[in-house]
Amino acid sequence: MLAYHFTEMPYPYVPEEVEQSYGTSRVTLPRSYCDPKIAADLYNRYLDEYEYADDLGLEIMLNEHHQTMTCMDAVVPISAGALARRTKRAKIAIVGSPLPHRDNPVRVAEEIAMLDCISRGRIISGFVRGVGTEIHPANTVPAYTRQRFEEAHDLIIKAWTTPEPFNWEGRFWHYRYVNVWPRTYQQPHPPIWITGSSLENVPWVADHQYTFACFLTPYEWTEQLTNAYRQRCAEKGLPEPTPDKFAYLALTYTGETDEEAERDGQGLLWYLYRVRHPYFNLPPGYVSPQAQAKAMLGGGGKPYRDSFEMLQQKGIVIAGSPDTVIEKIRYLHERCGIGHLLMMNQAGFMPADKVRKSMKLFAEEVYPAIKELGVKTPALQGA
Amino acid sequence: MATTTPGDTAAMLGEHRAETRTIGGVQLEVLSGGRGEPLVVLHDYEYFNEWQPFEAALSASHSVIVPSHPGFGASELPAHFDSIDDLAYVYLDLLRELGSRQVSLLGLGIGGWIAAEVAVRCTHYLRRLVLVDAVGIKVGGITDRDITDTFVIGPKDFLQVAWHDPAAGAERMKLAGLTQLDEPQLTTVLRNRQTTAILTWKPFMHNPKLRRRLARVDVPTLVLWGESDRIVTTDYGRAYAAAIPGAGFETIPAAGHYPYLEQPEAFVAAVSAFLRAE
Repeated sequence: MLAYHFTEMPYPYVPEEVEQSYGTSRVTLPRSYCDPKIAADLYNRYLDEYEYADDLGLEIMLNEHHQTMTCMDAVVPISAGALARRTKRAKIAIVGSPLPHRDNPVRVAEEIAMLDCISRGRIISGFVRGVGTEIHPANTVPAYTRQRFEEAHDLIIKAWTTPEPFNWEGRFWHYRYVNVWPRTYQQPHPPIWITGSSLENVPWVADHQYTFACFLTPYEWTEQLTNAYRQRCAEKGLPEPTPDKFAYLALTYTGETDEEAERDGQGLLWYLYRVRHPYFNLPPGYVSPQAQAKAMLGGGGKPYRDSFEMLQQKGIVIAGSPDTVIEKIRYLHERCGIGHLLMMNQAGFMPADKVRKSMKLFAEEVYPAIKELGVKTPALQGA
Repeated sequence: MATTTPGDTAAMLGEHRAETRTIGGVQLEVLSGGRGEPLVVLHDYEYFNEWQPFEAALSASHSVIVPSHPGFGASELPAHFDSIDDLAYVYLDLLRELGSRQVSLLGLGIGGWIAAEVAVRCTHYLRRLVLVDAVGIKVGGITDRDITDTFVIGPKDFLQVAWHDPAAGAERMKLAGLTQLDEPQLTTVLRNRQTTAILTWKPFMHNPKLRRRLARVDVPTLVLWGESDRIVTTDYGRAYAAAIPGAGFETIPAAGHYPYLEQPEAFVAAVSAFLRAE
């Protein structure tokens, strides 16, 4: 089991009533509420925490979102570039590059290749379709995110694996001379991770033998998704998936005691409790009309408004004393076969000292006990 | 499959039939009724494939043909279709197949854009063109959003911008999240929106080249507008008319984006008068 430190780099200093009045924390919450001096302090603090993760022996995960107070990491190659130079050993998992929303996939291939060389092969290249609120910042046709994702993916993989310049005339992108310099440090290319929260893309991910990453899904759901991957492999005669094929992102906090973790870990819920705009969140065609009709008639739940306790039960929050956290991670590993634990260790207003304390406790008292889970898998043997 | 609405409604709506036709290689559901010169009605995006009173009224003097656009209602959407001009070519085929050089085209909202794209390509089969609260052209500056983004507002706010009398609109339209719809109906409404997004997302609801091309339209054209339309305003409508040589511009009072639903009598009178003219 490998454990990754993660923060969305939030800018929490927007009064709640302002967020309420705009009806959204994303897309159209005016940028006038961002003080660049505070942003500068926050970026540097968050990057310091990532460096601390490297010191502690943890791996690193980064992602990006756009036009939002919830995530200031708007350009993941920049944060990854800063960390590639300032960290020494951690894997840097970029989860991921939002392929449908990037106008130039060849540029994505260049970014990852360059990062992989600078970090001497520490990059994990995640590709994501992007949540609904990513549609408007990039102005992508919602119904085409899947098709654009697949074409961009095919183009990038070909760009990384073809020794000579090649021609590309697809539906969405056209190039006459694709010839990416540098080559990726890891050959044929860095490990690929794909995120998913429904059964829709599981067969595609399994067929490509990529690592499937579930974010904040309840145990039951995570189990269903990972089982679907296994089943697909069995049907297709592919090798039985090892734990390195599965990653899970949870909100995590390790305290001295369960009580302390519950008290100080509450700050993580800031991320879940932000105002979600119904139409920016679900633009027309982003999910199929059939699925959306079923969801609308089913009433639709609000799983993210659950209490801390409920989120703990679902496995979305993993918090407690070191012993409790060990037990929860063992359970997650045994039930869902997870080999990569992505830990959102920071959200909202959670102060640096508490985040660092939790990270240190995890690294010293939890990590040694869970590292051996699935360790026979070569990809899970950390540096 | 032919359907006739029974009883009193039939007297009001007249006889019409629904069938599936292959036009331009695409399977479309088509409603039709009435006798006379053909009048093809191209619908807007918040749409249900039901025979409307204004269509019944126009069918007294015309053979009214109402196809559901590719990707709307029960019509298929070929995988390679991704812009309004794909639809324009389907309707160019329809006009040719009708075998008459006297077809009039009545385009409503997005249907008006499609009709305009048809007319700038070829008017050989066209007699007259009516554009109603049409989208499709760029009028304002780079930072002006000429056309209200109705994808990011709920049904109640939608009625506020789309209807002169939003309460009447709530009665008249079938909107996701407002009207009680069963699963197939809701799926259809959501698919209509999905198709609209595929066809109109970027550039948003317009073709940057269309306004200049409108100078090619050489058939009598009426641009008809609901006075209270706040999706596309009357100023936008005037700019549309000004781009088409000789086009007339008329407004319908106490009507928004759907004058044919909100003021069907005044709407039918205006359209009939224009279509009757020699």
